[in-house]
Amino acid sequence: MDTPAVLAEGLRKRYGGRTRKGGAFALAGFDLAVSPGTVHGLLGPNGAGKTTAVRVLATLLKSDGGRAEVAGLDVARDPRGVRARIGLAGQYAAVDEGLTGRQNLDLFGRLFHLGARRARDRATELLDRFDLAEAADKGAGTYSGGMRRRLDLAASMILAPDVLFLDEPTTGLDPRGRGEVWDAVRTLVEGGTTVLLTTQYLDEADRLASRITVMDRGRAIADDTPDGLKNRVGGDRIEVVVTERADLAAAREIVARVGDGEPTVDAPERRLHAPVTDRVDALTEVARSLRDERIVVEDIGLRRPSLDDVFLTLTGHRTDEENR
Amino acid sequence: MTTATTMTATAAPTPVDLTPDTRHGRAYWAVVDCWNVVRRTLLNYRRQPLAILWVLGFPIVSVLLYGFVFGSAMRVPGGGDYREFLMPGMFATTMAFGFMNTATTVVTDVGKGVVDRFRSMPMAPSAVTTGRGVADLLVATAELTILAATALAIGWNSDGGLPATLLAFGLLLLLRFSLIWVGVWCGLVLPNAEAAGALYAVIFPLTMVSSVYVAPSLMPAWLAPVAAWNPISSTVTATRELFGNPGAGGGSWVEQNAVLMAFVWPLAITAVFLPLAVRRFQALSR
Repeated sequence: MDTPAVLAEGLRKRYGGRTRKGGAFALAGFDLAVSPGTVHGLLGPNGAGKTTAVRVLATLLKSDGGRAEVAGLDVARDPRGVRARIGLAGQYAAVDEGLTGRQNLDLFGRLFHLGARRARDRATELLDRFDLAEAADKGAGTYSGGMRRRLDLAASMILAPDVLFLDEPTTGLDPRGRGEVWDAVRTLVEGGTTVLLTTQYLDEADRLASRITVMDRGRAIADDTPDGLKNRVGGDRIEVVVTERADLAAAREIVARVGDGEPTVDAPERRLHAPVTDRVDALTEVARSLRDERIVVEDIGLRRPSLDDVFLTLTGHRTDEENR
Repeated sequence: MTTATTMTATAAPTPVDLTPDTRHGRAYWAVVDCWNVVRRTLLNYRRQPLAILWVLGFPIVSVLLYGFVFGSAMRVPGGGDYREFLMPGMFATTMAFGFMNTATTVVTDVGKGVVDRFRSMPMAPSAVTTGRGVADLLVATAELTILAATALAIGWNSDGGLPATLLAFGLLLLLRFSLIWVGVWCGLVLPNAEAAGALYAVIFPLTMVSSVYVAPSLMPAWLAPVAAWNPISSTVTATRELFGNPGAGGGSWVEQNAVLMAFVWPLAITAVFLPLAVRRFQALSR
């Protein structure tokens, strides 16, 4: 592997003397290595330490232990150098609603020390690139959620940073806005930027990231490709709920034929499921066979592993137990 | 890849050189960054001019309410027109209420991640707060100008001569300056804008128990010293004296030395809250 674009070794962060339930550390020996030019997902539930990790890496927080490098520079020793090479888009769109999209980008350009003329040119270029040219001179307060996040992303891209930190970039967006942000992120990577993306959604990490680090209680508990991670959980499953319990055995036969493993049967719920790889083929095959054998089903479908499933598999506890 | 081609197609015709300007030293950038943060505030106001009117709403309504509705029932010690007595108080009240504005903007910027973005950028960290301060002083100057024009329109006047009049307005801005740091500190301590709104409950009585509306000498004996020693009272009494408006002075030492105290109080407040605000700002990274 090349020199990582982002590197964390044993990062620790304790919050101001206050002991949190379930551990005093927001980061308890966090390790991370992100290859240059890739999208790396940081996946975990609320309170896992994702945001704290990003804040340390983006020079907003000082760590209590361990070390971190971004774009080859030590974040504690050369924060100014790091700041000239990173972009940050947080959980809220940090744009001024009282300013137009253009004024927002122009202002950030000047604060990035581009000078008036280059800041103006860069604003125009980024408004085009993020598909905001038409709304450029309207107040950002009139933008939709997705547009505001795109403007926020554009602001974080002013210096074409080596590394871009995206902290839950789609939280609170509707599916359309989410899709818009995903497209924007893909465009960034094609420009060569390394992206570290935190998310609570496995689906999002799956679509964007080529590698995913799963976080729990301030530590990295898994680091794998999206497929590798899903395989550990068992990947996609086909799930059938039959109407008559008497049909369970016959249905099990059918599912066993297409599934990758032994079907799991939940008799009281009249439900059975099995891992599958050829998702649509398996679904078609099972549906046809069930109809041929005149088995009445209440429900049939493909179930993708959720973050909950990943968690349950990796930690043995569910995500919602985290905040208790 | 298809997206790559679209990118090239939509990219600006002249590629922008994105190397940050490094020809100048830190001091230069501290000033330029500060000015750009000021511009941000002014641009916000330009698109929302109603925001300034809103800040002025309270004193203008107060002038009308106290000056014209209660005015005839109000007494000025030593005699004199109540509206002439009231105007310096209105100027000072506007300055005092301004700190709410500072607190609300700071708490909103922290909550929205604007402060985080600024801190993640290679700009001068000091500009976040100095920019806020300069912008607030410019806005306060605009407020005072509009308010003074209103005051002149309803018959208020300064009889103190130009130097004294300018000194009086300077003292009002000094009060506002000191309260900027209280506002920044509150904005960094409070959790959200709603909590900042609750600061009204603090500042409202503080402006009432002062020499703004009623001379302390007319208050009950236990309340009079509290009102007299109120920092807002010192600025009000000092400006009354400098403008040559009625009701200046009073029996106590603090009222007799109002001009001195109108310097001492704001400087003391600054000495306490400026370091507190800076410490709090630095604590963001702890």
